[in-house]
Amino acid sequence: MAEAIQRRPRFAAPRGVSANELAMTAFIRDTTALAEVELRKLGRDPIELFTRAIQPTLWLLVFGQVFGRLRAIPTGNLSYLTFMVPGILAQSVLFIAIFYGISVIWERDLGILQKLVVTPATRSALVLGKALSAGVRGLSQGVIIYLLALLLRVPIRFGLGAIAGVLGFIILGSALFSTFSLAVACLVKTRERFMGIGQVLTMPLFFASNAIYPLSVMPAWLRALAKINPLSYQVDALRALMVEGGHPLFGLGMDLGVHLVVLAALVLLTAKLYPNVVR
Amino acid sequence: MVINRDHENKPEASLSTSTSAGENPPVAAPTVEMLGLTRHFGATTAVNALSLAVPNGCIFGLLGPNGAGKTTTIKMLTTVLPPSAGTAKVAGFDIVRDAVDVRRNIGYVSQMISADGALTGYENLLLFARLYGIERRLRRGRVAEALRFMALEDAANTLVRNYSGGMIRRLEIAESMLHHPKVLFLDEPTVGLDPVARHAVWDHLRGLRNDFGTTILMTTHDMEEADELCETIAIMHLGQAVAIGSPSALKVQVGPDADLDDVFVYFAGGSIEHGGGYTETAQIRRTARRLG
Repeated sequence: MAEAIQRRPRFAAPRGVSANELAMTAFIRDTTALAEVELRKLGRDPIELFTRAIQPTLWLLVFGQVFGRLRAIPTGNLSYLTFMVPGILAQSVLFIAIFYGISVIWERDLGILQKLVVTPATRSALVLGKALSAGVRGLSQGVIIYLLALLLRVPIRFGLGAIAGVLGFIILGSALFSTFSLAVACLVKTRERFMGIGQVLTMPLFFASNAIYPLSVMPAWLRALAKINPLSYQVDALRALMVEGGHPLFGLGMDLGVHLVVLAALVLLTAKLYPNVVR
Repeated sequence: MVINRDHENKPEASLSTSTSAGENPPVAAPTVEMLGLTRHFGATTAVNALSLAVPNGCIFGLLGPNGAGKTTTIKMLTTVLPPSAGTAKVAGFDIVRDAVDVRRNIGYVSQMISADGALTGYENLLLFARLYGIERRLRRGRVAEALRFMALEDAANTLVRNYSGGMIRRLEIAESMLHHPKVLFLDEPTVGLDPVARHAVWDHLRGLRNDFGTTILMTTHDMEEADELCETIAIMHLGQAVAIGSPSALKVQVGPDADLDDVFVYFAGGSIEHGGGYTETAQIRRTARRLG
């Protein structure tokens, strides 16, 4: 975004190329162009989405059912399964997004990235475009978890605002973790190293969050970690918006703020690192 | 020998007649100008104080063995890699200071097969039309023009994964010409293509130069390609240009019956096997495999 500001009005472009449009207009156009392409591809080849449904199904059916029966985890007015559904949604958003960075390595190897970085599109637009593409994928997880929750008779909030809020937070969460993943990919540069690091990152992020147990049962050190983990804010917002009886612990405004600030910081950082991959 | 700059300017004079873009005066400033361009990677020097001028409307070939610094030069000129020392101007803009302006005025075709197979040709083009900042009201027209120019109209709505290798390459050139760039950079444009497809690509590149006045700077290993297509070539060796001139002039220099292979071996010291690291070789093989 800092780079976008430098795109000052000039008459330096070939004919037909808008040289003095607003930097923000160009930024939005470039970002949506990339996300739209992803949506189109996903619509054409949806098989991947179904395979992605397996893991959350297992967590909800096996882990959720067993722990729900134990009643070992204090979840207030919510049943354990109800408590867990938004957590598992956040988890699948995280698991998809955290490996999304490999696409940048893949695109580098295919020469796609080289082509993208020599267009006038700013690096931050390229990064946010990728991030929103991940958001598109994350939304598909939302649909799957909603269907599973209905099958399991979890009390879902069907208000239009609630559902729109859930979808919005899914997009933000996917964008945030995929940008983090892109930054890692820009640093490690090879598939093998990236996969190793991806595995190392996911589980700590997942366990140091309020996804499958509340903050109140955590030892103090883990609670401190969970409070600086963006995933906790994703879970918090989803829990408040998705299920009947759910309440935000941090407040929805705080949840949104954390998402926006962390995402913006990560986009700026990754935009700096982005050209490294093709060097 | 032709390293000094008088020789370098020679081809420009002979070229101005063949340049069809009439609005450019014959002694226009070069469209690409490198001055002492240098890039180090750790202890190795990939490009060593390279000074070259590419005249406006010229088809210019960078030749040289693997690892001679051709790709690194292209990366610097396309603003992807900052130089360690020296400068270069592309279409009148400094590659470091005015990087965004440079990017508005250039097109780039990578050595690898890089069109998105999961999209149609039309969708691939539309994406780049947007990223190149072509005004909304002109976009469809420009995409149609590029499809027509590259003879891909019939395949516009076919998924690119069903294209032949030659069609994909033409689509990639179409992507790179949407915004009517002043300079087009191509990295090994016909590697892995069959002879028919190669000739088609050459015809289209010549057409692009003749109809749009596009200056073309390309790297190649392929002597036939250099001979057939390029008006001026620079042979690179160990990061420096060791010979510059038209293919025929260089052949005469080397000997009466010399072909361009002889020229290459003569100037690059016969070390065709030199360099060519694992990554580069792997990429070339992958490209060849995908072209089938």
